[in-house]
Amino acid sequence: MKPLTRRQMAWRAAQDLEDGAYVNLGIGLPTLCSDFVPEGREIVFHSENGILGMGPAPKPGEEDPDLINAGKQLTTLVPGGTYFHHNDAFLMIRGGHLDVALLGAFEVSQGGDLANWTTEDPNFPPGVGGAMDLAVGAREVRVLVEHTTKDGKPRIRKSCVYPLTAPHCVKRIYTNLAVLDVTREGIVVREMVAGLDLAGLQALTEATLILANDWKKLEAPAV
Amino acid sequence: MIDKRVRTLAEAVAGIKDGATVLCSGFGAVGEPVELLNALRDTGVRDLVCVANNAGTGDEGLAGLIRDGRVRKIVCSFPRTTDPHCFEAAYKAGKIELEIVPQGTLSERMRAGAAGIGGFFVKTSAGTKLGRGKETREIDGELYVLEKPIRGDAALCRADRADRWGNLTYRKSARNFNPLMAMAADLTVVQVREIVDLGSLDPECVATPGIFVDRIVVA
Repeated sequence: MKPLTRRQMAWRAAQDLEDGAYVNLGIGLPTLCSDFVPEGREIVFHSENGILGMGPAPKPGEEDPDLINAGKQLTTLVPGGTYFHHNDAFLMIRGGHLDVALLGAFEVSQGGDLANWTTEDPNFPPGVGGAMDLAVGAREVRVLVEHTTKDGKPRIRKSCVYPLTAPHCVKRIYTNLAVLDVTREGIVVREMVAGLDLAGLQALTEATLILANDWKKLEAPAV
Repeated sequence: MIDKRVRTLAEAVAGIKDGATVLCSGFGAVGEPVELLNALRDTGVRDLVCVANNAGTGDEGLAGLIRDGRVRKIVCSFPRTTDPHCFEAAYKAGKIELEIVPQGTLSERMRAGAAGIGGFFVKTSAGTKLGRGKETREIDGELYVLEKPIRGDAALCRADRADRWGNLTYRKSARNFNPLMAMAADLTVVQVREIVDLGSLDPECVATPGIFVDRIVVA
C-alpha cells in the first residue's frame, strides 16, 4: 500500500473542482489545491479577507504588502478579480454563494460533523477565524485530511471528540488513503489506494465504511 | 465648512477614555492603523475592550497596547496570527480576557451595530461550543443562533486616500474590516496615506462615504 503524499491529496481534490466554480480553500493543505486546477477550467478562488479571483503567490519583485490571503501570506489577483470588505466576504460565505469550501480537519464524524478549530490544548488560546462560517455556508463542504493521526488514531470517527465546527456539513472527504462520501446510509468508499482492501481501510477508520459497487483505485501522478 | 482633517496623531485619538470599546481594524497587520494605535497607547488610556480580527502582530499597534497592559478584553476571531507574542504572553499570564467570535459573526455584529439592528439569527456556531448558552430558533427547518450588535465608542481605521469630507478609498485586501468598523462607532478616526482635494476622488470608487468618518490624519 502506498498512501498519497500531501501534494497528491491536493491534486486529487482539485480534479473535482468544476469549471466556473467559486471556491474557498482553507488554510494549510487545501491551499495547495490551487496549484493543481486541471487545464482549461476557470476556478474563482475566494479569500475571506475580501478577494475573489485570488491568484498564485507573487513572483519576486511583484509582492504587494496590501495583498494577502487568509493565511496572511502574500498573494496576487488574477485578471477579473475583485476586492470587497469583510462583510461582503462573509455574506458570500454564509449566504450560499460559494460552490465549494475545501477545508482541513482534525476529525470528521460518520454523520458529516466537522471538527477543525480547536483541540482544546490549554497551551494555546483558541481561535476560530472563518471556519464555522465556511462550514455552515458553502454549498458543499469537502475535507482534506490525513486518514489517521501521526500515532495512527483514526480521524474519521463515529462521533467527533474535539469540539465541532459545525454538525452535518461535510459531503466528501479526501484522505491519503481514500476518497469517501458522507451519505444518509453512512460513509461510502469511492476510491482506495492500491494494496488496500475494505477490511484494511476499516481497521484505520472508526466510522463504519460501505464500499461503493463502482469503487475505483485512488491514483495520483507524482506531483 | 466641513473639514475632518487633524494635524497630529495625538489630536486624532484625543478623547478616547479609559474603559472604552475600540474597534481596531486590520486583518493581521494589513489594513491595521498601526500609528493611530501607537498614539492611543501614548495617551496612557487603559482598561480598553478591543474588537479586532486578530490580537496584534509583532510589537506595534494593537500588539503594543496589549503588551503595555492597556487592553482588559479582546473580542476577536483568531488571536494567533503572525507573531502574536504580546497577546500570548498576556493570555498566559491571565492578564487579558478573550472572547472568540466566528469571523463572519464578528463582522455582521458590527454591521448590525452600524445599521441600528438589535440582533440577528445566524447559522454559524449553532450546535457548537461557541453557540452554547445563546438563544436559538429553528427557521425553515434549520437551527439559528441569536447574535447581538457590537458598537464601538471609537473605531480606528486605515485607508489609502481621503478628502476633507472623510470620503475614503482603500488598497487591495487592506480594505478588509475598515469600511465596516468605520460605520459602527461613535467616533471614527482614520489614518490615510494621502489627503487629496475635495472632488478629486472618483465617486464611483469611494468605499466609505464621509458621513461615517469623524477625523482623518496622514500617517
